[in-house]
Amino acid sequence: MSANFSAILYLISGVLFILALRGLSSPETSRQGNFFGVVGMVIAITVTFFSVGNFSSGFIYVLIFLAIGGSMGAFIAYRIPMTAMPELVAGFHSLVGLAAVFVAISAFINPEAFGLGTPGNIKLASLIEMAIGAAVGAITFSGSVIAFLKLQGIMSGAPITFKGQHALNALILLSIVVLTFYLCSTQSANLFWILIVVSFLIGFLIIIPIGGADMPVVISMLNSYSGWAAAGIGFTLENTALIITGALVGSSGAILSYIMCKGMNRSFFNVILGGFGATEQSSKDRNNEQRPVKSGNADDAAFLMKNASSVIIVPGYGMAVAQAQHALREMVDTLKKNDIKVSYAIHPVAGRMPGHMNVLLAEANVPYDEVFELEEINNDFANADVAFVIGANDVTNPVAKTDPQSPIYGMPVLDVEKCKSVLFVKRSLSPGYAGIDNDLFYKENTLMLFADAKKMTEDITKNL
Amino acid sequence: MEIDPFIFRLSIFILSIFIGYYVVWSVTPSLHTPLMSVTNAISSVIIVGAIIAALSGGDGVIFSSSSIFGFLAIVLAAVNIFGGFLVTQRMLAMYKKKKKN
Repeated sequence: MSANFSAILYLISGVLFILALRGLSSPETSRQGNFFGVVGMVIAITVTFFSVGNFSSGFIYVLIFLAIGGSMGAFIAYRIPMTAMPELVAGFHSLVGLAAVFVAISAFINPEAFGLGTPGNIKLASLIEMAIGAAVGAITFSGSVIAFLKLQGIMSGAPITFKGQHALNALILLSIVVLTFYLCSTQSANLFWILIVVSFLIGFLIIIPIGGADMPVVISMLNSYSGWAAAGIGFTLENTALIITGALVGSSGAILSYIMCKGMNRSFFNVILGGFGATEQSSKDRNNEQRPVKSGNADDAAFLMKNASSVIIVPGYGMAVAQAQHALREMVDTLKKNDIKVSYAIHPVAGRMPGHMNVLLAEANVPYDEVFELEEINNDFANADVAFVIGANDVTNPVAKTDPQSPIYGMPVLDVEKCKSVLFVKRSLSPGYAGIDNDLFYKENTLMLFADAKKMTEDITKNL
Repeated sequence: MEIDPFIFRLSIFILSIFIGYYVVWSVTPSLHTPLMSVTNAISSVIIVGAIIAALSGGDGVIFSSSSIFGFLAIVLAAVNIFGGFLVTQRMLAMYKKKKKN
Protein backbone atom coordinates (compact mmCIF):
# COMPACT_ATOMS: atom_id res chain seq x y z
CA MET A 1 0.00 0.00 0.00
CA SER A 2 1.46 3.36 -0.97
CA ALA A 3 2.39 5.75 1.81
CA ASN A 4 0.12 8.44 0.42
CA PHE A 5 -2.90 6.16 0.23
CA SER A 6 -2.44 4.92 3.79
CA ALA A 7 -1.99 8.51 4.98
CA ILE A 8 -5.35 9.38 3.45
CA LEU A 9 -7.00 6.41 5.14
CA TYR A 10 -5.46 7.44 8.49
CA LEU A 11 -6.92 10.89 7.91
CA ILE A 12 -10.35 9.36 7.31
CA SER A 13 -10.09 7.42 10.52
CA GLY A 14 -9.17 10.66 12.32
CA VAL A 15 -12.26 12.33 10.86
CA LEU A 16 -14.43 9.41 12.00
CA PHE A 17 -13.10 9.90 15.53
CA ILE A 18 -14.12 13.56 15.36
CA LEU A 19 -17.62 12.43 14.32
CA ALA A 20 -17.64 9.96 17.22
CA LEU A 21 -17.27 12.85 19.67
CA ARG A 22 -19.64 15.03 17.66
CA GLY A 23 -22.36 12.38 18.05
CA LEU A 24 -22.30 12.88 21.82
CA SER A 25 -23.95 16.29 21.47
CA SER A 26 -27.28 14.53 22.02
CA PRO A 27 -28.32 11.06 23.21
CA GLU A 28 -30.13 10.36 19.91
CA THR A 29 -27.02 10.76 17.77
CA SER A 30 -24.61 9.29 20.32
CA ARG A 31 -25.01 5.64 19.35
CA GLN A 32 -24.28 6.45 15.72
CA GLY A 33 -21.23 8.41 16.88
CA ASN A 34 -19.91 5.41 18.75
CA PHE A 35 -20.32 3.35 15.58
CA PHE A 36 -18.22 5.90 13.64
CA GLY A 37 -15.54 5.51 16.29
CA VAL A 38 -15.48 1.74 15.83
CA VAL A 39 -15.25 2.10 12.03
CA GLY A 40 -12.39 4.60 12.42
CA MET A 41 -10.52 2.14 14.64
CA VAL A 42 -11.04 -0.78 12.22
CA ILE A 43 -9.72 1.36 9.34
CA ALA A 44 -6.65 2.47 11.32
CA ILE A 45 -5.75 -1.09 12.33
CA THR A 46 -6.33 -2.56 8.85
CA VAL A 47 -4.28 0.14 7.16
CA THR A 48 -1.42 -0.50 9.57
CA PHE A 49 -1.43 -4.20 8.71
CA PHE A 50 -1.25 -3.47 5.00
CA SER A 51 1.35 -0.71 5.23
CA VAL A 52 3.67 -2.88 7.34
CA GLY A 53 2.93 -5.63 4.81
CA ASN A 54 4.47 -8.34 6.97
CA PHE A 55 2.05 -11.26 6.99
CA SER A 56 4.57 -13.78 8.27
CA SER A 57 4.13 -15.79 11.46
CA GLY A 58 4.55 -12.58 13.48
CA PHE A 59 1.23 -11.42 12.07
CA ILE A 60 -0.54 -14.45 13.58
CA TYR A 61 0.88 -13.50 16.97
CA VAL A 62 -0.37 -9.96 16.53
CA LEU A 63 -3.88 -11.32 15.97
CA ILE A 64 -3.56 -13.64 18.97
CA PHE A 65 -2.48 -10.84 21.30
CA LEU A 66 -5.20 -8.62 19.86
CA ALA A 67 -7.75 -11.31 20.63
CA ILE A 68 -6.43 -11.81 24.16
CA GLY A 69 -6.63 -8.09 24.97
CA GLY A 70 -9.93 -7.73 23.13
CA SER A 71 -11.67 -10.52 25.01
CA MET A 72 -10.39 -9.18 28.31
CA GLY A 73 -11.73 -5.75 27.41
CA ALA A 74 -15.08 -7.12 26.28
CA PHE A 75 -15.42 -9.19 29.43
CA ILE A 76 -14.73 -6.16 31.64
CA ALA A 77 -17.10 -3.97 29.63
CA TYR A 78 -20.03 -6.36 30.09
CA ARG A 79 -19.38 -7.21 33.73
CA ILE A 80 -18.59 -3.81 35.22
CA PRO A 81 -21.39 -2.31 37.34
CA MET A 82 -22.31 1.25 36.38
CA THR A 83 -21.40 2.52 39.86
CA ALA A 84 -17.79 1.44 39.20
CA MET A 85 -17.46 3.56 36.05
CA PRO A 86 -14.95 6.04 37.57
CA GLU A 87 -12.63 3.19 38.57
CA LEU A 88 -12.97 1.62 35.14
CA VAL A 89 -12.12 4.82 33.31
CA ALA A 90 -9.13 5.44 35.59
CA GLY A 91 -7.97 1.87 34.96
CA PHE A 92 -8.35 2.25 31.20
CA HIS A 93 -6.36 5.49 31.23
CA SER A 94 -3.50 3.71 32.93
CA LEU A 95 -3.44 1.15 30.08
CA VAL A 96 -3.23 3.85 27.39
CA GLY A 97 -0.39 5.46 29.32
CA LEU A 98 1.52 2.20 29.65
CA ALA A 99 0.94 1.30 25.99
CA ALA A 100 2.46 4.68 25.03
CA VAL A 101 5.50 3.93 27.19
CA PHE A 102 5.93 0.50 25.60
CA VAL A 103 5.67 1.84 22.06
CA ALA A 104 8.22 4.54 22.88
CA ILE A 105 10.59 1.95 24.38
CA SER A 106 10.25 -0.25 21.34
CA ALA A 107 10.93 2.67 19.02
CA PHE A 108 13.98 3.60 21.09
CA ILE A 109 15.42 0.06 21.01
CA ASN A 110 14.68 -0.54 17.32
CA PRO A 111 14.36 2.82 15.53
CA GLU A 112 15.00 1.23 12.11
CA ALA A 113 11.61 -0.50 12.16
CA PHE A 114 9.96 2.89 12.54
CA GLY A 115 12.22 4.64 10.04
CA LEU A 116 13.66 6.93 12.72
CA GLY A 117 17.38 6.29 12.28
CA THR A 118 19.67 3.75 13.94
CA PRO A 119 20.18 2.97 17.66
CA GLY A 120 22.42 5.61 19.18
CA ASN A 121 21.75 7.85 16.19
CA ILE A 122 18.04 8.60 16.30
CA LYS A 123 16.77 11.73 14.57
CA LEU A 124 16.68 14.56 17.08
CA ALA A 125 13.04 15.51 16.50
CA SER A 126 11.94 11.87 16.82
CA LEU A 127 13.90 11.47 20.02
CA ILE A 128 12.28 14.53 21.59
CA GLU A 129 8.80 13.31 20.55
CA MET A 130 9.59 9.84 21.85
CA ALA A 131 10.79 11.22 25.18
CA ILE A 132 7.66 13.36 25.55
CA GLY A 133 5.39 10.43 24.64
CA ALA A 134 7.16 8.14 27.09
CA ALA A 135 7.23 10.66 29.95
CA VAL A 136 3.59 11.74 29.61
CA GLY A 137 2.55 8.11 29.16
CA ALA A 138 4.38 7.09 32.32
CA ILE A 139 2.82 9.95 34.29
CA THR A 140 -0.61 8.93 32.99
CA PHE A 141 0.02 5.33 34.00
CA SER A 142 1.16 5.81 37.59
CA GLY A 143 -1.25 8.70 38.19
CA SER A 144 -4.19 6.62 36.96
CA VAL A 145 -3.15 3.66 39.08
CA ILE A 146 -3.26 5.85 42.19
CA ALA A 147 -6.61 7.33 41.11
CA PHE A 148 -7.92 3.80 40.56
CA LEU A 149 -6.75 2.65 44.00
CA LYS A 150 -8.34 5.68 45.67
CA LEU A 151 -11.65 5.25 43.84
CA GLN A 152 -11.72 1.52 44.47
CA GLY A 153 -11.15 2.20 48.17
CA ILE A 154 -7.99 0.07 48.27
CA MET A 155 -6.14 3.25 49.13
CA SER A 156 -7.66 5.84 51.48
CA GLY A 157 -9.31 8.73 49.65
CA ALA A 158 -7.78 11.13 52.17
CA PRO A 159 -5.11 13.44 50.78
CA ILE A 160 -1.55 12.33 51.58
CA THR A 161 0.59 15.37 52.22
CA PHE A 162 4.05 15.89 53.62
CA LYS A 163 6.46 18.73 54.13
CA GLY A 164 8.31 19.95 51.05
CA GLN A 165 5.97 18.02 48.78
CA HIS A 166 5.55 20.80 46.23
CA ALA A 167 9.25 21.58 46.19
CA LEU A 168 10.04 17.89 45.61
CA ASN A 169 7.52 17.65 42.77
CA ALA A 170 8.85 20.80 41.14
CA LEU A 171 12.38 19.42 41.41
CA ILE A 172 11.37 16.12 39.77
CA LEU A 173 9.52 17.90 36.96
CA LEU A 174 12.61 20.02 36.37
CA SER A 175 14.76 16.90 36.32
CA ILE A 176 12.54 15.44 33.57
CA VAL A 177 13.29 18.45 31.38
CA VAL A 178 17.02 18.21 32.13
CA LEU A 179 17.03 14.45 31.46
CA THR A 180 15.27 14.94 28.11
CA PHE A 181 17.86 17.55 27.17
CA TYR A 182 20.82 15.29 28.00
CA LEU A 183 19.10 12.31 26.39
CA CYS A 184 18.93 14.25 23.15
CA SER A 185 22.57 15.27 23.23
CA THR A 186 23.99 11.87 24.33
CA GLN A 187 21.39 9.34 22.97
CA SER A 188 22.18 7.34 26.10
CA ALA A 189 19.87 4.38 26.75
CA ASN A 190 20.44 4.70 30.50
CA LEU A 191 19.10 8.24 30.50
CA PHE A 192 16.02 7.02 28.63
CA TRP A 193 15.30 4.40 31.31
CA ILE A 194 15.91 6.92 34.10
CA LEU A 195 13.54 9.34 32.38
CA ILE A 196 10.79 6.72 32.37
CA VAL A 197 11.33 5.74 36.01
CA VAL A 198 11.32 9.38 37.14
CA SER A 199 8.11 9.98 35.16
CA PHE A 200 6.43 7.02 36.86
CA LEU A 201 7.47 8.49 40.19
CA ILE A 202 6.10 11.98 39.51
CA GLY A 203 2.76 10.60 38.32
CA PHE A 204 2.44 8.84 41.64
CA LEU A 205 3.49 11.89 43.67
CA ILE A 206 1.16 14.27 41.82
CA ILE A 207 -1.98 12.27 42.61
CA ILE A 208 -1.46 11.17 46.24
CA PRO A 209 -2.18 14.62 47.78
CA ILE A 210 -5.53 14.91 45.98
CA GLY A 211 -8.59 13.86 47.96
CA GLY A 212 -11.43 11.55 46.94
CA ALA A 213 -14.05 14.12 46.00
CA ASP A 214 -11.58 15.94 43.74
CA MET A 215 -11.35 12.80 41.62
CA PRO A 216 -13.60 14.23 38.86
CA VAL A 217 -10.84 16.74 38.13
CA VAL A 218 -8.11 14.12 38.42
CA ILE A 219 -9.80 11.66 36.06
CA SER A 220 -10.44 14.40 33.50
CA MET A 221 -6.84 15.55 33.80
CA LEU A 222 -5.50 12.03 33.29
CA ASN A 223 -7.87 11.68 30.34
CA SER A 224 -6.21 14.74 28.87
CA TYR A 225 -2.69 13.38 29.59
CA SER A 226 -3.47 10.10 27.86
CA GLY A 227 -4.37 12.16 24.79
CA TRP A 228 -1.13 14.16 24.87
CA ALA A 229 0.84 10.93 25.29
CA ALA A 230 -0.89 9.49 22.21
CA ALA A 231 -0.16 12.69 20.27
CA GLY A 232 3.52 12.51 21.27
CA ILE A 233 3.73 8.96 19.92
CA GLY A 234 1.77 10.12 16.84
CA PHE A 235 4.50 12.65 16.06
CA THR A 236 7.16 9.97 16.51
CA LEU A 237 5.35 7.62 14.10
CA GLU A 238 4.39 10.49 11.78
CA ASN A 239 0.83 9.17 11.94
CA THR A 240 -2.07 11.56 11.33
CA ALA A 241 -4.76 9.41 12.96
CA LEU A 242 -2.79 9.36 16.21
CA ILE A 243 -2.00 13.08 16.10
CA ILE A 244 -5.65 14.04 15.49
CA THR A 245 -6.94 11.65 18.15
CA GLY A 246 -4.33 12.74 20.67
CA ALA A 247 -5.29 16.38 20.16
CA LEU A 248 -9.02 15.59 20.45
CA VAL A 249 -8.63 13.56 23.63
CA GLY A 250 -6.17 16.03 25.08
CA SER A 251 -8.50 18.98 24.64
CA SER A 252 -11.53 16.94 25.72
CA GLY A 253 -9.93 16.05 29.04
CA ALA A 254 -8.75 19.61 29.54
CA ILE A 255 -12.26 21.00 28.99
CA LEU A 256 -13.77 18.48 31.39
CA SER A 257 -11.20 19.42 34.06
CA TYR A 258 -12.07 23.05 33.51
CA ILE A 259 -15.82 22.36 33.86
CA MET A 260 -15.21 20.38 37.04
CA CYS A 261 -13.02 23.10 38.56
CA LYS A 262 -15.63 25.71 37.72
CA GLY A 263 -18.27 23.53 39.37
CA MET A 264 -16.27 23.83 42.59
CA ASN A 265 -15.20 27.44 42.06
CA ARG A 266 -11.59 26.41 42.51
CA SER A 267 -8.63 26.96 40.28
CA PHE A 268 -7.01 24.02 38.55
CA PHE A 269 -3.83 24.61 40.55
CA ASN A 270 -5.73 24.67 43.82
CA VAL A 271 -7.05 21.19 43.03
CA ILE A 272 -3.75 19.83 41.74
CA LEU A 273 -1.73 21.09 44.68
CA GLY A 274 -4.10 19.00 46.77
CA GLY A 275 -4.70 18.70 50.49
CA PHE A 276 -8.25 20.14 50.24
CA GLY A 277 -10.53 19.21 53.11
CA ALA A 278 -7.73 17.85 55.28
CA THR A 279 -6.63 21.23 56.61
CA GLU A 280 -10.02 22.87 56.82
CA GLN A 281 -11.52 20.57 59.42
CA SER A 282 -9.42 21.82 62.33
CA SER A 283 -9.81 25.50 61.57
CA LYS A 284 -13.56 25.23 61.23
CA ASP A 285 -14.87 24.47 64.68
CA ARG A 286 -16.99 27.54 65.16
CA ASN A 287 -20.11 25.43 64.83
CA ASN A 288 -19.27 23.29 67.81
CA GLU A 289 -22.34 24.29 69.79
CA GLN A 290 -25.27 21.95 69.25
CA ARG A 291 -27.86 23.39 66.93
CA PRO A 292 -31.36 21.93 66.83
CA VAL A 293 -32.06 19.52 64.00
CA LYS A 294 -35.42 18.14 62.96
CA SER A 295 -35.28 14.50 62.10
CA GLY A 296 -38.01 12.27 60.78
CA ASN A 297 -38.73 8.81 59.46
CA ALA A 298 -39.94 7.30 56.21
CA ASP A 299 -43.55 7.83 57.20
CA ASP A 300 -43.08 11.61 57.65
CA ALA A 301 -41.23 11.82 54.34
CA ALA A 302 -43.94 9.89 52.51
CA PHE A 303 -46.59 12.17 54.00
CA LEU A 304 -44.78 15.31 52.82
CA MET A 305 -44.28 13.93 49.32
CA LYS A 306 -47.82 12.67 48.94
CA ASN A 307 -49.11 16.17 49.57
CA ALA A 308 -46.68 17.82 47.20
CA SER A 309 -47.41 18.71 43.60
CA SER A 310 -43.80 18.88 42.50
CA VAL A 311 -40.67 17.17 43.83
CA ILE A 312 -37.03 17.74 42.85
CA ILE A 313 -34.52 14.96 43.49
CA VAL A 314 -30.90 15.94 44.21
CA PRO A 315 -28.64 12.87 43.91
CA GLY A 316 -24.98 12.75 44.91
CA TYR A 317 -22.12 10.35 45.43
CA GLY A 318 -23.89 8.79 48.45
CA MET A 319 -26.57 7.46 46.09
CA ALA A 320 -23.88 5.66 44.10
CA VAL A 321 -22.30 4.23 47.24
CA ALA A 322 -25.64 2.95 48.52
CA GLN A 323 -26.60 1.69 45.00
CA ALA A 324 -29.90 3.47 45.59
CA GLN A 325 -30.65 4.52 41.99
CA HIS A 326 -33.12 1.70 41.27
CA ALA A 327 -34.95 2.13 44.57
CA LEU A 328 -35.08 5.86 43.85
CA ARG A 329 -36.67 5.32 40.45
CA GLU A 330 -39.30 3.03 41.97
CA MET A 331 -40.14 5.73 44.50
CA VAL A 332 -40.43 8.28 41.69
CA ASP A 333 -42.69 5.93 39.70
CA THR A 334 -45.05 5.76 42.66
CA LEU A 335 -44.99 9.54 42.99
CA LYS A 336 -45.75 9.96 39.30
CA LYS A 337 -48.71 7.60 39.61
CA ASN A 338 -50.07 10.08 42.15
CA ASP A 339 -49.74 12.89 39.58
CA ILE A 340 -46.77 14.48 41.27
CA LYS A 341 -44.29 16.19 38.97
CA VAL A 342 -40.76 14.89 39.53
CA SER A 343 -37.47 16.13 38.11
CA TYR A 344 -33.81 15.49 38.92
CA ALA A 345 -31.20 18.18 39.57
CA ILE A 346 -27.57 17.28 38.89
CA HIS A 347 -24.67 19.39 40.12
CA PRO A 348 -21.65 19.38 37.76
CA VAL A 349 -19.39 17.78 40.38
CA ALA A 350 -21.89 15.32 41.87
CA GLY A 351 -20.28 11.89 41.99
CA ARG A 352 -16.73 10.88 41.26
CA MET A 353 -16.49 11.67 37.55
CA PRO A 354 -18.14 14.03 35.04
CA GLY A 355 -21.67 12.83 34.26
CA HIS A 356 -21.52 10.05 36.86
CA MET A 357 -25.04 10.67 38.22
CA ASN A 358 -26.56 10.84 34.72
CA VAL A 359 -25.26 7.39 33.87
CA LEU A 360 -26.58 5.89 37.11
CA LEU A 361 -30.02 7.42 36.57
CA ALA A 362 -30.01 6.23 32.96
CA GLU A 363 -29.14 2.76 34.22
CA ALA A 364 -32.20 2.87 36.49
CA ASN A 365 -34.33 3.72 33.43
CA VAL A 366 -34.85 7.35 34.32
CA PRO A 367 -35.65 9.15 31.03
CA TYR A 368 -32.92 11.70 30.32
CA ASP A 369 -35.44 14.47 29.66
CA GLU A 370 -36.39 14.41 33.36
CA VAL A 371 -32.78 15.08 34.38
CA PHE A 372 -31.57 18.69 34.50
CA GLU A 373 -28.27 20.49 34.96
CA LEU A 374 -27.75 23.11 37.64
CA GLU A 375 -28.41 26.18 35.46
CA GLU A 376 -31.52 24.64 33.93
CA ILE A 377 -33.27 23.82 37.17
CA ASN A 378 -31.95 26.15 39.86
CA ASN A 379 -34.83 28.62 39.50
CA ASP A 380 -37.40 25.85 39.92
CA PHE A 381 -36.54 25.11 43.54
CA ALA A 382 -38.44 28.20 44.68
CA ASN A 383 -41.63 26.81 43.12
CA ALA A 384 -41.17 23.18 44.15
CA ASP A 385 -42.79 21.66 47.21
CA VAL A 386 -40.23 19.08 48.21
CA ALA A 387 -36.51 18.69 47.53
CA PHE A 388 -35.26 15.16 48.14
CA VAL A 389 -31.49 15.26 48.72
CA ILE A 390 -30.02 11.78 48.46
CA GLY A 391 -26.30 11.36 48.92
CA ALA A 392 -25.36 14.95 48.07
CA ASN A 393 -24.01 17.38 50.65
CA ASP A 394 -21.56 20.20 49.90
CA VAL A 395 -23.28 21.01 46.60
CA THR A 396 -26.44 22.03 48.50
CA ASN A 397 -24.74 24.09 51.19
CA PRO A 398 -26.17 27.63 51.26
CA VAL A 399 -23.00 28.78 53.03
CA ALA A 400 -21.38 28.95 49.58
CA LYS A 401 -23.63 31.94 48.88
CA THR A 402 -23.59 33.64 52.28
CA ASP A 403 -20.29 33.19 54.09
CA PRO A 404 -17.18 34.68 52.44
CA GLN A 405 -15.03 32.94 55.09
CA SER A 406 -16.14 29.49 53.99
CA PRO A 407 -13.75 27.40 51.90
CA ILE A 408 -16.55 26.69 49.44
CA TYR A 409 -17.66 30.34 49.15
CA GLY A 410 -18.50 31.19 45.54
CA MET A 411 -19.04 27.60 44.48
CA PRO A 412 -22.25 27.26 42.44
CA VAL A 413 -24.76 25.36 44.60
CA LEU A 414 -28.27 24.06 44.09
CA ASP A 415 -30.79 26.40 45.75
CA VAL A 416 -32.36 23.54 47.66
CA GLU A 417 -33.22 25.67 50.69
CA LYS A 418 -35.74 27.65 48.62
CA CYS A 419 -38.06 24.65 48.45
CA LYS A 420 -41.07 24.58 50.76
CA SER A 421 -39.60 21.56 52.49
CA VAL A 422 -36.33 19.71 52.20
CA LEU A 423 -35.87 16.00 52.87
CA PHE A 424 -32.21 15.23 53.46
CA VAL A 425 -31.21 11.55 53.46
CA LYS A 426 -27.92 11.10 55.26
CA ARG A 427 -26.43 8.63 57.65
CA SER A 428 -25.25 11.18 60.21
CA LEU A 429 -24.64 14.89 60.65
CA SER A 430 -20.98 14.51 59.73
CA PRO A 431 -19.61 17.17 57.39
CA GLY A 432 -19.04 16.49 53.71
CA TYR A 433 -15.79 16.44 51.77
CA ALA A 434 -15.07 20.14 52.26
CA GLY A 435 -15.03 19.45 56.00
CA ILE A 436 -17.65 22.06 56.80
CA ASP A 437 -21.05 21.95 58.36
CA ASN A 438 -24.02 22.20 56.03
CA ASP A 439 -26.34 25.03 57.13
CA LEU A 440 -29.16 23.28 55.36
CA PHE A 441 -29.35 20.67 58.17
CA TYR A 442 -30.52 23.33 60.62
CA LYS A 443 -33.06 25.16 58.49
CA GLU A 444 -36.63 25.41 59.68
CA ASN A 445 -37.96 23.61 56.60
CA THR A 446 -35.43 20.74 56.57
CA LEU A 447 -36.30 17.26 57.74
CA MET A 448 -33.29 15.00 58.21
CA LEU A 449 -33.80 11.33 57.39
CA PHE A 450 -30.98 9.47 59.12
CA ALA A 451 -30.60 6.16 57.31
CA ASP A 452 -28.93 4.33 54.49
CA ALA A 453 -30.06 5.96 51.23
CA LYS A 454 -31.33 2.77 49.63
CA LYS A 455 -33.20 1.51 52.68
CA MET A 456 -34.81 4.89 53.36
CA THR A 457 -35.96 5.23 49.75
CA GLU A 458 -37.51 1.75 49.82
CA ASP A 459 -39.27 2.52 53.12
CA ILE A 460 -40.70 5.75 51.73
CA THR A 461 -42.05 3.88 48.70
CA LYS A 462 -43.81 1.43 51.03
CA ASN A 463 -45.39 4.32 52.91
CA LEU A 464 -46.59 6.19 49.86
CA MET B 1 13.28 26.35 0.86
CA GLU B 2 11.12 23.31 1.45
CA ILE B 3 8.89 23.14 4.48
CA ASP B 4 9.73 20.46 7.01
CA PRO B 5 6.96 17.79 7.13
CA PHE B 6 6.99 18.27 10.89
CA ILE B 7 5.39 21.68 10.36
CA PHE B 8 2.50 20.02 8.52
CA ARG B 9 1.97 17.57 11.35
CA LEU B 10 2.15 20.39 13.85
CA SER B 11 -0.53 22.25 11.84
CA ILE B 12 -2.78 19.19 11.92
CA PHE B 13 -2.17 18.88 15.65
CA ILE B 14 -2.97 22.51 16.47
CA LEU B 15 -6.07 22.57 14.27
CA SER B 16 -7.27 19.30 15.81
CA ILE B 17 -6.99 20.83 19.27
CA PHE B 18 -9.36 23.56 18.10
CA ILE B 19 -11.75 21.03 16.57
CA GLY B 20 -11.65 19.10 19.83
CA TYR B 21 -12.34 22.28 21.77
CA TYR B 22 -15.50 23.13 19.84
CA VAL B 23 -16.76 19.57 19.49
CA VAL B 24 -16.34 18.79 23.18
CA TRP B 25 -18.04 21.99 24.32
CA SER B 26 -21.10 20.91 22.37
CA VAL B 27 -21.26 17.56 24.17
CA THR B 28 -24.25 17.53 26.47
CA PRO B 29 -23.17 17.34 30.15
CA SER B 30 -25.32 14.26 30.75
CA LEU B 31 -23.06 12.36 28.34
CA HIS B 32 -19.76 13.35 29.96
CA THR B 33 -19.12 9.84 31.28
CA PRO B 34 -19.60 8.19 27.85
CA LEU B 35 -17.40 10.99 26.46
CA MET B 36 -14.59 9.89 28.77
CA SER B 37 -14.97 6.22 27.91
CA VAL B 38 -15.11 6.86 24.17
CA THR B 39 -12.10 9.21 24.19
CA ASN B 40 -10.35 6.49 26.09
CA ALA B 41 -11.24 3.98 23.38
CA ILE B 42 -10.14 6.20 20.49
CA SER B 43 -6.87 7.20 22.15
CA SER B 44 -6.03 3.49 21.97
CA VAL B 45 -5.44 4.02 18.27
CA ILE B 46 -1.91 4.02 19.66
CA ILE B 47 -2.24 0.32 18.80
CA VAL B 48 -1.02 1.43 15.36
CA GLY B 49 2.39 2.04 16.90
CA ALA B 50 2.16 -1.18 18.86
CA ILE B 51 1.55 -3.22 15.69
CA ILE B 52 4.53 -1.64 13.93
CA ALA B 53 6.64 -2.38 17.01
CA ALA B 54 5.42 -5.98 17.23
CA LEU B 55 6.26 -6.65 13.58
CA SER B 56 9.65 -4.98 13.86
CA GLY B 57 11.56 -8.24 14.32
CA GLY B 58 12.01 -8.77 10.59
CA ASP B 59 11.90 -12.11 8.80
CA GLY B 60 11.97 -15.19 10.96
CA VAL B 61 12.37 -13.26 14.22
CA ILE B 62 9.07 -12.99 16.06
CA PHE B 63 10.15 -12.11 19.57
CA SER B 64 12.94 -9.57 19.74
CA SER B 65 13.47 -7.13 22.59
CA SER B 66 11.62 -4.42 20.67
CA SER B 67 8.76 -6.61 19.41
CA ILE B 68 7.97 -7.93 22.91
CA PHE B 69 7.16 -4.39 24.03
CA GLY B 70 5.02 -4.11 20.90
CA PHE B 71 3.05 -7.26 21.73
CA LEU B 72 2.51 -6.07 25.32
CA ALA B 73 1.28 -2.72 24.03
CA ILE B 74 -1.12 -4.51 21.66
CA VAL B 75 -2.72 -6.36 24.57
CA LEU B 76 -3.08 -3.15 26.61
CA ALA B 77 -4.50 -1.15 23.72
CA ALA B 78 -6.85 -3.99 22.71
CA VAL B 79 -8.30 -4.13 26.23
CA ASN B 80 -9.01 -0.42 25.89
CA ILE B 81 -10.42 -0.53 22.38
CA PHE B 82 -12.88 -3.34 23.02
CA GLY B 83 -13.57 -2.35 26.62
CA GLY B 84 -13.92 1.34 25.79
CA PHE B 85 -16.26 1.05 22.81
CA LEU B 86 -18.39 -1.71 24.35
CA VAL B 87 -18.86 0.00 27.69
CA THR B 88 -19.73 3.23 25.86
CA GLN B 89 -22.29 1.38 23.80
CA ARG B 90 -23.70 -0.23 26.94
CA MET B 91 -24.06 3.17 28.57
CA LEU B 92 -25.54 4.90 25.54
CA ALA B 93 -28.14 2.15 25.15
CA MET B 94 -29.52 3.20 28.55
CA TYR B 95 -30.23 6.82 27.62
CA LYS B 96 -33.88 6.72 26.71
CA LYS B 97 -36.55 9.31 26.20
CA LYS B 98 -39.68 9.52 28.29
CA LYS B 99 -42.32 7.15 26.94
CA LYS B 100 -45.29 9.02 25.55
CA ASN B 101 -48.49 7.87 27.20
